[in-house]
Amino acid sequence: MKIRNNIALSDSGFIFDPSTGDSFSLNPIGLEILRMLKSGKDKSFILTYMVDTYQTDMETAEKDYDDFMGMLTQFHLLQEK
Amino acid sequence: MATQRLQYERPLIQRVNTGILNKFGTRTEYAPFTHIDGVSVKSLISEFGSPLFVLSEKNIREKYQEANRAFKTRYPKVQFAWSYKTNYINAVCNIFHQEGSWAEVVSGFEYQKALKNGVPGNKIIFNGPDKTDEEITLAIQNKSPLHIDHLDELYRVTEIATELNIRPEVAIRVNMDTGIYPMWDRFGFNYENGQAWDAINKIILSDKLELTGLHCHIGTFMLSPSAYAVAASKMSDLAIGVLQKHNIKIKYIDMGGGFASRNTLKGAYLQGVDTSPSFDQFAEAICTAILNAGFHKDDLPLLILETGRALVDEAGYLLGSVISNKRLSDGRRATIMDFGVNVLFTAFWYDHKITPAQEFSHYTEDTVMYGPLCMNIDVVRETCTLPPLKKGDHVVVHTVGAYNMTQWMQFISLRPPVILIDRNGKPQIIRKRETIQSIEMEEILPAQLKDFKL
Repeated sequence: MKIRNNIALSDSGFIFDPSTGDSFSLNPIGLEILRMLKSGKDKSFILTYMVDTYQTDMETAEKDYDDFMGMLTQFHLLQEK
Repeated sequence: MATQRLQYERPLIQRVNTGILNKFGTRTEYAPFTHIDGVSVKSLISEFGSPLFVLSEKNIREKYQEANRAFKTRYPKVQFAWSYKTNYINAVCNIFHQEGSWAEVVSGFEYQKALKNGVPGNKIIFNGPDKTDEEITLAIQNKSPLHIDHLDELYRVTEIATELNIRPEVAIRVNMDTGIYPMWDRFGFNYENGQAWDAINKIILSDKLELTGLHCHIGTFMLSPSAYAVAASKMSDLAIGVLQKHNIKIKYIDMGGGFASRNTLKGAYLQGVDTSPSFDQFAEAICTAILNAGFHKDDLPLLILETGRALVDEAGYLLGSVISNKRLSDGRRATIMDFGVNVLFTAFWYDHKITPAQEFSHYTEDTVMYGPLCMNIDVVRETCTLPPLKKGDHVVVHTVGAYNMTQWMQFISLRPPVILIDRNGKPQIIRKRETIQSIEMEEILPAQLKDFKL
């Protein structure tokens, strides 16, 4: 899954979608995941990073990652397959 | 040495809506609510379980004293009567009785509770439209003020009093137009159309009952003190009329209850804490109207108040825990709690303030809060703005002291315990967690239904 190329991502966690004019805000962990997605990292890499870096377990990290990806899909921020 | 891992928070993304009103409202909670009267929420849940009702004795007494002071500094004769239906856990009732409240009951069950709590019969006001012959008889024998709701009851009380050869003290409930909508006219006798005068005349002319009081209760969750001024004027007009026409002094005017608490009604644009009038505002409206009505200073009636909700609502908290989070089909976050509308009955009409009980970041998400019941109607908050909560996190629901511990339902699960934090900050159980025995003790299983084969 990759973020659409034309999505603008600011350092502070703001997203701008030029095709719709919609803006979004992210919390710091959301921003980190989005950056990793933008740089082409896959789910397995991201989850391992989350568990190594944060006080969470694989089950929770995966559940929350899937939920987050669901929201990105809902907001049409991911590339069409 | 292993690197310290950072605090985790669920990843969040939210659409930014600028320039339009957010239907979820603005965020109001910036700090976790971790302690009640100095006792930690975490320790309460760990000791008594979740969900859990917690009441603050300190808050109850302070609220009572605030209300008492508001009225007594404006009017010479004031008496509060604790509205049992608002919260009839005995410990709560007795706090009010210790503070000086009489009891105000609306059923035979509540009447028995007040008697068992040790309230003298002549200090139990008996309201309500349904009083059985046995209850009327008992109330007459105990010299309890009987507040008559309808003509059928008036006739029945007269008959029973005649049989007992006792002339009981009674009042009539009066309903009236106070300029608010909806007008409460289903209880008592109407002022404007003459029903109230008709009932007064019947009582006085029969000479079997002693008319000592006039009672009204103009509505519930009243946000307008001026409506009470109208009501107090009309009640005073009746009392002065009775004195002039029949030369009978009305001993008391009972203004009932209905003062709003600081909860927020569903659909209200502003928060309850910003719109709910103070006791001083209600007291000013009522006392000024009676004092200006034209009573001779020796004839001023006792002012009785049956305030319930405004006295106990803020003292109550419901502690609960997150069972799960899920995402609804439209992308909204849903959080499932371990308490539902079965114990938090007031969720049907309030948008209760809900605060996380542990540290959280400033990132929030619009959330639907559901209860655990397998019922679609089990919605605690249709929309609220909350930080990311995970399974096992605790929340505190505020302002739940009124009507929940009397209107809660034993539906598919057992009702939680109720804890009182006393004035020394010590938590005490005042109602135990129900057990399956509490529910099944009243069931009878016929012999032919005891066995089956599957």
